[in-house]
Amino acid sequence: MSAETLVSQLKRGLDAPICLTWELTYACNLQCVHCLSSSGQRDPRELSPAQAKAVIDELRDLQVFYINIGGGEPMIRRDFFDIIGHSIDNSIGVKFSTNGAYIDTDSARRLAAMDYLDIQISLDGTDAATNDAVRGVGSFDTAIAAMENLRRANFGEFKISVVVTRHNVDQLDDFKSLADSYGAQLRITRLRPAGRGADTWHELHPTSDQQIEIYRWLLAHGEKVLTGDSFFHLNALGEPLPGLNLCGAGRVVCLIDPLGDVYACPFVLHDEFRAGSVLEPGGFTKVWRESTLFTSLREPESAGACASCGSYDACQGGCMAAKFFTGLPLDGPDPECVSGHGEELLSARTSSDVASAPKPTSNHSRPVSLTRKPARA
Amino acid sequence: MALTLQSACSLSPQVALRPEPFGALAYHYGNRRLVFLKHPDMVTVVKSLSDHPTIAATFDACGIADERRPSFLAALENLTKSEIIHVG
Ligand code: SF4
Ligand code: SF4
Repeated sequence: MSAETLVSQLKRGLDAPICLTWELTYACNLQCVHCLSSSGQRDPRELSPAQAKAVIDELRDLQVFYINIGGGEPMIRRDFFDIIGHSIDNSIGVKFSTNGAYIDTDSARRLAAMDYLDIQISLDGTDAATNDAVRGVGSFDTAIAAMENLRRANFGEFKISVVVTRHNVDQLDDFKSLADSYGAQLRITRLRPAGRGADTWHELHPTSDQQIEIYRWLLAHGEKVLTGDSFFHLNALGEPLPGLNLCGAGRVVCLIDPLGDVYACPFVLHDEFRAGSVLEPGGFTKVWRESTLFTSLREPESAGACASCGSYDACQGGCMAAKFFTGLPLDGPDPECVSGHGEELLSARTSSDVASAPKPTSNHSRPVSLTRKPARA
Repeated sequence: MALTLQSACSLSPQVALRPEPFGALAYHYGNRRLVFLKHPDMVTVVKSLSDHPTIAATFDACGIADERRPSFLAALENLTKSEIIHVG
């Protein structure tokens, strides 16, 4: 079977997801300006400990090999260690994302004692000024303290996860050295206009020159840096980058939110991409295999306005979430299309188009918003 | 060391196989690698490796025709690189 047919097989969907993200809670000690899930306050309807365990049992029966746990800040949940322990005991590896606030000496030791566990510390600048402008005052020091604690506990290789913005593109080399100095692996991801990021994307997303910089940097370092499906829209620039080269939403990717609602991907928290709930009869399995939404996402997609572009095979028209929350048609160019077609569409929008662009459905931001210094000009 | 038809192989105990319409997914819990076994016959072969003294014997038992053996052997060679299967 050739690579192409494998991609088309993936597009038709799998019996169970490969890349499942489970956000345990909307509660968070931080309020990052680009948070994909608009987290902040706990939702009283979040899954109970028993319901959470039932989800794991179902994923075990589906032979999901590993899950990505996120939030909010997942370590805020009182049953956090029970959940990851139960998961690992059932042969489901865990990778969790955290801002590090709860990785003190004790919990670092506890984490270091577990197998099949990966930790991803979020960091969006290699200095406090750059990082804290996005993630909040003090968050840089918190992340570094967590990394120190993991190192002292001999956790081994953890990951540092960076959302690339206009303000940290020029720090990619520094991020790599920082990661190397901790024996950590660097992961860089794309800023998508999801959650609170829908409001900040226009000022934070990399410029087109910076996109070329990212592409070149990944060509040089990509084999050692994790990116997931972040940058396949850049493949239209030439040689393909390592990483997943397709939008896997509802095909190989999905999200379970803190309430148990299942969405096509972590970046599309909107009613239109809600496929069902793990609490409904048939549970997650039925949603994954039979929901109308996921079934339709597995149909061959139309290239729309991208059909006349010679780069469509390389770039696939980019990210569905990025198009959706910027109000662009799903079968057309990505807002960050490297040929500039997304920019053209964005600048042709009237103010009423802008106002009618879809807004993320759920918002758990805390009511009081902190005043932040703008990042470096 | 290149794999030959006379090599003995077995599936790593750290690997789980999940059936999929195209064949199976293999996941190695140690190195976290996810590998696609892109044909149902390949899945049968990988599962039976440890029941037979050599790869050739496994191919015989699984009914893999001679003309398919070179590509199957190459695929197995790749699986040793990702540590999905071990030599010996
Ligand atoms: S919508 Fe975007 S982020 Fe979500 S799976 Fe598709 S490409 Fe990835
Ligand atoms: S027009 Fe579409 S396919 Fe071509 S580079 Fe832009 S987003 Fe990619």
